[in-house]
Amino acid sequence: MSDAAHAHDDHSHGHPSGIMRWLTTTNHKDIGTMYLWFALIMLFSAGTMALLIRAELFQPGLQLTNPDFFNQLTTMHGLIMIFGAIMPAFSGFANWQVPLMIGAPDMAFPRMNNWAFWLLPVAALMLMSSFLLPGGAVAGGWTMYPPLFIQGGISYDLTILAVHIMGLSSIMGSINIATTILNMRAPGLTLMKMPLFVWTWLITAYLLIATMPVLAGAVTMLLTDRNFGTHFFNAAGGGDPVMFQHIFWFFGHPEVYILILPAFGIVSQIIPTFARKPLFGYASMVYATASIAILSFTVWAHHMFSVGMPAAAQLFFMFSTMLIAVPTGVKIFNWVATMWKGSLTFETPMLFAIAFVCLFTIGGFSGLVLAIAPVDIQLQDTYYVVAHFHYVLVSGALFSIFAGIYYWLPKWTGHMYSETLGKWHFWLSVIGMNILFFPMHFLGLAGMPRRIPDYALQFTEFNQLATVGAFIFGFSQLIFLVLVLKTIKGGAKAADRVWEGAEGLEWTLPSPAPYHTFETAPVVK
Amino acid sequence: MQRYHNLCRDTNNGNERTGDAMKSMWQRAGMAGAALATSQPALAEYAYNLQIPASQVAQDVFDLHNLIMLVCLGIFVVVFGAMFYSLLKHRKSLGHKAAHFHENTTVEIIWTVIPFVILVGMAYPAAKVVIDMKDTTSPDLTVKVTGYQWKWGYDYLNDGISFYSNLSTPREQINGTAAKGEHYLLEVDEPMVVPVGKRVRLLLTANDVIHSWWLPAFGVKQDAIPGFIRDTWFKADKIGTYRGQCAELCGKDHGFMPIVVEVVSEEDYQAWVAKKKGAAQAAVADNAKSFEIADLVARGEKVYQANCAACHQANGMGLPGVFPAINGSKVATGPIADHINVVLNGRPGTAMAAFAGQLSDADIAAVVTYQRNAWDNKTGDLAQPAEIAAARGGAASEAAAPAAQ
Repeated sequence: MSDAAHAHDDHSHGHPSGIMRWLTTTNHKDIGTMYLWFALIMLFSAGTMALLIRAELFQPGLQLTNPDFFNQLTTMHGLIMIFGAIMPAFSGFANWQVPLMIGAPDMAFPRMNNWAFWLLPVAALMLMSSFLLPGGAVAGGWTMYPPLFIQGGISYDLTILAVHIMGLSSIMGSINIATTILNMRAPGLTLMKMPLFVWTWLITAYLLIATMPVLAGAVTMLLTDRNFGTHFFNAAGGGDPVMFQHIFWFFGHPEVYILILPAFGIVSQIIPTFARKPLFGYASMVYATASIAILSFTVWAHHMFSVGMPAAAQLFFMFSTMLIAVPTGVKIFNWVATMWKGSLTFETPMLFAIAFVCLFTIGGFSGLVLAIAPVDIQLQDTYYVVAHFHYVLVSGALFSIFAGIYYWLPKWTGHMYSETLGKWHFWLSVIGMNILFFPMHFLGLAGMPRRIPDYALQFTEFNQLATVGAFIFGFSQLIFLVLVLKTIKGGAKAADRVWEGAEGLEWTLPSPAPYHTFETAPVVK
Repeated sequence: MQRYHNLCRDTNNGNERTGDAMKSMWQRAGMAGAALATSQPALAEYAYNLQIPASQVAQDVFDLHNLIMLVCLGIFVVVFGAMFYSLLKHRKSLGHKAAHFHENTTVEIIWTVIPFVILVGMAYPAAKVVIDMKDTTSPDLTVKVTGYQWKWGYDYLNDGISFYSNLSTPREQINGTAAKGEHYLLEVDEPMVVPVGKRVRLLLTANDVIHSWWLPAFGVKQDAIPGFIRDTWFKADKIGTYRGQCAELCGKDHGFMPIVVEVVSEEDYQAWVAKKKGAAQAAVADNAKSFEIADLVARGEKVYQANCAACHQANGMGLPGVFPAINGSKVATGPIADHINVVLNGRPGTAMAAFAGQLSDADIAAVVTYQRNAWDNKTGDLAQPAEIAAARGGAASEAAAPAAQ
């Protein structure tokens, strides 16, 4: 009784405690924290699957898995990493940082914010529990191509439903973020004065709103083909299995940029801070981000060169894909120019940001190789593609997430993290990651297809190397977990302006940021 | 560069590997580095680069890839050079004070235009290869390739030959109870055979899900899509054995449906055609015969291993929840007509394929008889080819044609 009264008393400036605080919260910081913890749990779950995959591939022959379970692992690893780890992590950053960076008291739709988050654990539970169903989890690849996807059991329907729910969550989250950015900026903070992280998330939000319904449509058609006798993708009934691929990749390619634009934003905050020099080419960064987003809608069929299409279509998609290299190059050049003649220091966030620039560029090079249609046809569905997108998503998206966590964790917790542990985490991650993924380029060139549980003997050595790298990379993430827990519990007191070169509204607040911030809007000159 | 390729082609036989699986990784990494630095020729193995081209298209792809790698190397040196110079020299610990510039329109225009020009330079040769790859006109030979879960079917439209090509690596090698052979997972019972120096047009389709026919040394990868026909072509330059794999996830045994193409002289090709036609006639004759149960069971076991065991397992137990057991199943111990019906027509909406178009009457009779008498299914039943023909109804002879032609 007294608890209830206490909670009631606190209502105007406080919140319920215990589990109810987290279930009912509409506070952007609480929700941001939950997104980030959720993403971390998913990272470790899907990472465990990746280690099982790599353990199986340590040598030729079938040792630990059977081919069907192996396919379940690769499929679930992809789905959970994309929809469970990377996307929610960026949503967590948006929740924490967008209001702090634009001087808003909270998100525009706090209750929808709560709902958007709590849908995710439901979807994740549905996905993960499908391992326990008859026939096991979904094994048709994260791309869900029919007719293979039509053949599966009940877990395939469950996966479709989970994708629907995650899509719903993403759409709500992005409407919230776009509305917040457009309507709740502090007086004087014009669009072209916004921090680049806010810009990249604004554009990402539009990409999500444009493409998530497309994915929902594609998987709904799968659902009705599977259960209600429709023939959207069944040639025997007048449908076309390739149509699914067109629809899927019309979502799927912008999705690639959904996973990387916020990363560009985080890195664009961190590099100027530790170079003690403003971001070079701010306006061109904004325009480049927008160009990439728009171009991303015109390149989808480069995922389908081996499907077979008229020469004219192949040329169009080859040229449009190559064109994306121009704005992406501009971004890399701008980051290098920001470091140029700066006064550089190398704290952990900066180390991860520099690794991001270097390794994302390598992913960009392999992307350029893959853009060339004849070469792509040779490399499509090989380990070269696996290497390419892991350079972009691990050393790209995931490293930017690490960089951002190290950068803002002192602001969130009020404590400095351990630089020693941070540097251990960085160096083991960066070395492990390269041992893991670099040899995959060679495997793909030499002809190893992806998504196979067993391989011919000439691929043995590079697979063994990759597996060694995988275990170094995987286990070094435990350092990160320990570091985060230690920083939450205690540590040196963080200053308000945590980093010497940091600019922006979030650094005008105390560390840790109070539960309610900017109840009176700051004025930006 | 050209000299390099010629040497490689002269000193190597197709994409054959010499089988030295234990060669140290570091030795290879070193060779990779050496090849990058000096383009050293005469490497016996090539397991870190594209396979040695055996067709003009594959050669074009190889050259394009080298060109792009050179461009990337150039960009890499410039961008990483500038960045690492800055990382080393512009440090606060060295007392470097930050400048305050943050834009420069001229520089920004230059580094937008230059990459664009480089890209145009890369797009031009690439477009030529695209157009060449798409030109499937005037073939000397046309072969229809059909993807099945999990094997390939080949129909020689000019010569009227049809056969299936299954993985021939023994299960014991995969499970680790026997030593792995030189061509582990890249060997089949019946390779595709083509004459050297002839334009071969492939028509690709699939029976169940999407597969992809990939032969790296020819620079050919084309998805095989159920209900649709796609085409591609190759012209093999040199006699030899070339190996590839399915390149589109097609279910459980995606990793176990390799492609082997034997490129032979014109005379050897004609001899092979004659041999295949003789075997096909014998198969037609079998459909008219009656067999003893022991013969059917023996023949059926082979058919079962090639067509059924991937899902239902050699012991007939299936995979619980995914593929049903045949040992003790209602189908294999109940009325024989229902059993024949399932084998002929499959189970729509599941991975169970219709074998009416894939197996001859004699083979279906054999495999049904085998399934009804193997393991614990000691029913004593047998099916004769004539019963299968009757179960096919009017379409009997036509349906059996692909395998028996």
